[in-house]
Amino acid sequence: MKHLAILAALLAPVPALADIDVSNWAAVTAEAEGQTVFWNAWGGSTTTNDFLAWVGERVMEDYGVTLEHVKLTDTADAVTRVLSEKQAGQDDDGAIDMIWINGANFASMKEADLLFGPYAEQLPNWALVDAEGKTVRTDFTVPTDGFESPWAMAQVVFVHDTADMPDRLGSMQALLEWTQANPGRFSYPQPPDFLGTTFLKQVLVDILPDPSVLAAPATDENYDEITAPLWAYLEELTPNLWREGKAYPATGTAMFPLIADGELDLSISFSPGAASTAIANNELPPSVRTFVLDKGTIGNASFVAVPYNSGSKAGAMVVANFLMSPEAQARAQDPAILGYGTVLNMDALSEDDRALFDALELGVATLSPAELGTVQDEPHPSWAVRIADDWVTRFGVSE
Amino acid sequence: MNRRRFLPVLPILTLLAMLGPVAAGLWGTVLPAFGHLPAAGQTGPSLDPFRDLFGWAGLPRAMMLSISTGLLATGVSLAIVVLITAGWSGTRPFRALERLLSPLLSVPHAAAAFGLAFLIAPSGWLSRLVSPALTGWDRPPDLLIVQDTWGLTMTAGLIVKEVPFLLLITLAALGQADAQRSVTIAQALGYGRVTGWLKTVFPRVYAQIRPPIYVVLAYSMSVVDVAVILGPNTPPSLSVQIVKWMSDPDLAMRLEGAAGALLQLALVVGALIFWRLGEVIVASLGRRWIAKGNRGRFDPSVAKGALFAGGVSAMAVLLGLVVLTIWSFAGFWGFPDAFPDGWTLRNWMRFGPGTLEALGETALIACTVASVALILTIGCLEAEYRYGLSFSQRAVWLLYLPLLMPQTAFLPGLQTLMLSMGADVGRLPVMLAHLVFVLPYVFLSLADPFRAWDTRMGTIATALRASPDGVLWRVRLPMLLRPILTALAVGLAVSVGQYLPTLLIGGGRVATLTTEAVALASGGDRRAIAVYGLMQTGAALVPFALALLLPALVWRNRRGLRHG
Repeated sequence: MKHLAILAALLAPVPALADIDVSNWAAVTAEAEGQTVFWNAWGGSTTTNDFLAWVGERVMEDYGVTLEHVKLTDTADAVTRVLSEKQAGQDDDGAIDMIWINGANFASMKEADLLFGPYAEQLPNWALVDAEGKTVRTDFTVPTDGFESPWAMAQVVFVHDTADMPDRLGSMQALLEWTQANPGRFSYPQPPDFLGTTFLKQVLVDILPDPSVLAAPATDENYDEITAPLWAYLEELTPNLWREGKAYPATGTAMFPLIADGELDLSISFSPGAASTAIANNELPPSVRTFVLDKGTIGNASFVAVPYNSGSKAGAMVVANFLMSPEAQARAQDPAILGYGTVLNMDALSEDDRALFDALELGVATLSPAELGTVQDEPHPSWAVRIADDWVTRFGVSE
Repeated sequence: MNRRRFLPVLPILTLLAMLGPVAAGLWGTVLPAFGHLPAAGQTGPSLDPFRDLFGWAGLPRAMMLSISTGLLATGVSLAIVVLITAGWSGTRPFRALERLLSPLLSVPHAAAAFGLAFLIAPSGWLSRLVSPALTGWDRPPDLLIVQDTWGLTMTAGLIVKEVPFLLLITLAALGQADAQRSVTIAQALGYGRVTGWLKTVFPRVYAQIRPPIYVVLAYSMSVVDVAVILGPNTPPSLSVQIVKWMSDPDLAMRLEGAAGALLQLALVVGALIFWRLGEVIVASLGRRWIAKGNRGRFDPSVAKGALFAGGVSAMAVLLGLVVLTIWSFAGFWGFPDAFPDGWTLRNWMRFGPGTLEALGETALIACTVASVALILTIGCLEAEYRYGLSFSQRAVWLLYLPLLMPQTAFLPGLQTLMLSMGADVGRLPVMLAHLVFVLPYVFLSLADPFRAWDTRMGTIATALRASPDGVLWRVRLPMLLRPILTALAVGLAVSVGQYLPTLLIGGGRVATLTTEAVALASGGDRRAIAVYGLMQTGAALVPFALALLLPALVWRNRRGLRHG
């Protein structure tokens, strides 16, 4: 025993000097203690900010990790930062230790070797994640390969104020017709905002006879033909948008006050529980409900990734692991807090942990898992990038 | 270091602190604009960045927005200020407006912009107050007011902030223009109040306030935070687009951004030349107008109109702060209710801790920067007094140079440069960047009172065997307590309001009240925006209140110094 302890003491500095042994959780937590993790995450939603602050308190209590939320307006800023640091040769102790990331940003960071990993599937709480039933191993069809760990599930829902718009709509065609009858009452965030781009993808997925073509990367040959119906749709939709499409809300949450004031009757959200949370926070009127389309809507997972040059990788892994804990997941799903979908597999949880989720009141405006229906796959990230660029040229600089 | 040697170095150090970052930043802009950015794998020279820039479909409109908002905001603010001063200086309403000046001036641009947006949007407070009773609206009309295509709301946001600034500058210039006697003589000759003032006083005043007017023009053309909050987005103004390019994940976009920054600089230089030509034309027209001898039949209505416009612009800021306060305590508040359903402390409980953290960062940066600026300024002025090292009239333009240079032209370059040198972003570089903007304002607000100090006091003190340092510390500075505190408050307010330097140079890691408030703008949570906006306003306003209060307290038993 004594020899082992001495041996351990001799070996201990080695992983710290080289890199962390991600499979040795005890070593990871030991190294994490006292580290500061700069988590770059979108800071536009006050409920998310509050949740992140709570995560910071909890990892400080349990692991002695200090969490600093760097509030971004655009996740791309963080990607730029890491890229510039790599170009400048700053290969250790970069400014960013963790990023809330998805889709195109992840694909470009992974491709440019800017990420630390694989680490996600070695985290202790990965065992509780529903890796079979939920899209937590691919991010917009790109395999995650353990370079990012999931922490929330999202799905497109439409948010409507039943006081002004009692009925749900079944398809994007129905939405187009409804805006013609109710001009100025619908809008979506301005692409390249994440949710705005998602709306464009949702249109495309819904109006294409066979959306499976979107699973493969967009090419110069097929792009124009496949997206033509989308642009035709938008040409018809735009004149009947809020402010005739001359201005757009900046983000999804920026549409809440517009609904609260009756400027909009209908908008879109990527979080099935967000409407209930907003009602609880006085941001939306109690008459708001959500619906999905007949063919289902796009869904994906939110991930966190660790840049290759983070100086607090162990601390970041501790935070990533905590985010997948039943405690954090149940809190995130609570509509009074965040209302995000969980990434966990209920069958893998202990009875006590499952009770945390069973006790949740999902909220008046939140659909049950059954009501949420079919989850449609995200198109390959190359589509989103090209569609968002194209949108900016066609609609973003028109006036 | 020997103190005698140290003092003369201060003016050089001051110029370096102001102009060094500007020059470095421009260098860091020029290189990538011509295709040289090794960090992105590009080695120039090439003209591709400009080709990309001119290929962007939104460019003509973005340029137009920059030019129109700049010229309109400057022209309208100047007209309001000149006509108010012409029609009302020395009267009671004018003194009331004067008293409003310092608080209005210190309200940060972002907070004023939020207030204006909450006031005049279709669902804003003004519309709520009269709906549905007067308008019949039970839901807000679908009108493009905020973020309008022509940038008029953004221009209005700039005007309400520039009017107090120009009015203060004009007041300072009036003292040296012998205004009262000129107007009296003109009135004796039968000229109306406004016409008499314009014909006799205005030419002399304008010569003095020309540099600040140019600053207003350059600032309005390249402002970012006000444009993000109030300006159009399809496309945005050029400066906002430059910031977007600079934060694109694709590093190659920085080249296009740098080219855009140089274009922005060219636009500002062009607008300044255009304005200068306008001066020449107005001067020659003005001479003819003076020679015609019109006595000014419409003077009373012109004066009333100007006072109304000035009042509206002051009220826009004040009511904006009121509506921010209401939102910060609002429970659910739907349209068209004039007031919220319920009042709650919940918003302050939720966002208060966050604002306190940001306030700490804001205060640390502002206090450090304003103190350094004050020390450098006093050092310069004292060196000027002791060694006759004065800034010549031409050198005054050096003070204005950092303010005339569009922020978007050199800050992105400074960021790129620091990054490629491996300098870590953080608080210290942010402070240096703030100093560039704080120093000129502190210098300009302290220089006149410092020079106006009666040097015979120094002679008397020297006769009583006080050393030059003794004169400075024990006589001059105490006597100048009020202007010193005011200059410090100006410096603090300028630092608190800085958005772009904090955002770009801080790399997102330095979170002040201003960066947090503008970041919240995209989220649209009006309660959070209100809390942050009010805290930001407080951070800038409290120092002004102290600058007024402290001298009164310190000199409560020194009647002669109270107004010093």
